[in-house]
Amino acid sequence: MIGPFSDPIMQRALLEVTLVGVCGGALGCWVIFYGLSYASESLAHGLFPGLVAAALLGLPLLLGAGVGILVAALGVAVASRIPGVGRNVAVAVVVTSLFGLGVLLALSPASPPGIQGLLFGDVLGASDSDLALSGGLALGIVAALWLLHGRLLAVGFDRAFARSLGISAAAADAAVLTLLAGAILVGVQGMGNLLVVAVLVGPAATARQLTSRMAPMMLLSVAVAVLAGAAGLCLSYYAGTAAGASVAAAFVAAYLLTAFSRRSGLPLTAEELP
Amino acid sequence: MLDTGDRMSVLAEAAGLSAGYGGVAAIEDVSFRVRPGERVALLGPNGGGKTTLLRSITGEAERLSGSLRVSAPYATVPQTERSRLDYPVSALDVSLMGSLAELPWWRQPGRRERATALQALERVGMAELASATFGELSAGQRQRVLIARGLVQEAHLLLLDEPFTGLDASSSERLERLIGELATEERGILIATHDLEQARRWDLVVCLNGRQIAFGPPGEVLDRAALEATYGGAIVEIPGNGGLGILPPHHHHQP
Repeated sequence: MIGPFSDPIMQRALLEVTLVGVCGGALGCWVIFYGLSYASESLAHGLFPGLVAAALLGLPLLLGAGVGILVAALGVAVASRIPGVGRNVAVAVVVTSLFGLGVLLALSPASPPGIQGLLFGDVLGASDSDLALSGGLALGIVAALWLLHGRLLAVGFDRAFARSLGISAAAADAAVLTLLAGAILVGVQGMGNLLVVAVLVGPAATARQLTSRMAPMMLLSVAVAVLAGAAGLCLSYYAGTAAGASVAAAFVAAYLLTAFSRRSGLPLTAEELP
Repeated sequence: MLDTGDRMSVLAEAAGLSAGYGGVAAIEDVSFRVRPGERVALLGPNGGGKTTLLRSITGEAERLSGSLRVSAPYATVPQTERSRLDYPVSALDVSLMGSLAELPWWRQPGRRERATALQALERVGMAELASATFGELSAGQRQRVLIARGLVQEAHLLLLDEPFTGLDASSSERLERLIGELATEERGILIATHDLEQARRWDLVVCLNGRQIAFGPPGEVLDRAALEATYGGAIVEIPGNGGLGILPPHHHHQP
């Protein structure tokens, strides 16, 4: 596996995948236990036109994503007030409309090349400033997860109890969603808007099969994300497949492999070893 | 012993309380009082409002009229929902959650908090299973871990929502003994229950069936009329000992 990574482009790609893996792997465990898998998919797609608009206008992607999320949230709030339209339907309608709008902008002949990268990812084309921004965001996300760990754990376990301690469940939800938006931003460069949810759900779902404590689960999830990410890059290098899709495929493979091993009774955790 | 002042102090007090959800009352005209050292049974059928009464104390149910004063730190001991069973925490993790009350938001529980949490598990007889996964414990063990969390929280008022549901006889006995010990430490304990015989053994009872039927010492208030009003006439005479019983209600899980 050393071979491909002697290439400077692949080294940058590995760094990018590592950053994505650290954020997505760690936050993914909260996504699963807060029941936010659908929300993360929706959030990623809903902010897409914001990203495209920022890229077209030459503004920072972060700004575009922020505005994109606000517009999507507002759209969902308004649509769910229409009589007869449930919340689920409102989310689906608003998110697909916004995503369609983003794709329309990104794939129009007038758009400069490279915008498509937002859709499918361009892990091999990360610039220095992209990497610096991703690194900063990743650091912020990890620090926030560290600081909030006890409270997120308490709220996820028992909301009524959290309230008796004066911990606001709504604030915990908002914190996870904000971090989720940050992780999507880190992931969108490498994985693309369509596949970023793979890093948020795949490694965490894999780790969940192997341990029943939150902190080890998060570490394991990060390890799975980074290792599978590197494996995906190798696959892409040797097989000539699209990098983002190869990485996503590696996450899915890691999950299936674990699930299969567990079913066939192979010992995978320390407690299971004879 | 807790420092709760004199025995006459009141931990929680309701007067003419109506509470419910979305502006619709689920309980009406509820008046009761919990003092330190008292075990108070909330007795009533499914849907009678026992859980709503507990939730009005925690603020999960809306107060519609009347007054409710909670003047001591309280802790909840809820029924374990199915979704909580695969949550990735140990018994010690759960007990440790009680220490968050004391810590500023950026601080994680440290060595001192762990010691307190372990002590609380020991207090409820769960120290040996401190590192067991919460969801793999029996129903009775889970209740005791949640009580330990309340002890770490230094709650003076414990709210137990049908803690005996699904417990075998020896776990029930053990839990009831623990509740008795906590009462002697001057804690107030509010316990929702179906079990008339249990309610008779405790200090006070609130009979609920949408509205309050009675409140007072069980020996005074648990007569045939009160039980008929509480359970809608499903009273049977227990042959032989002249006592009254209720037909065991079918258990529906309350939302």
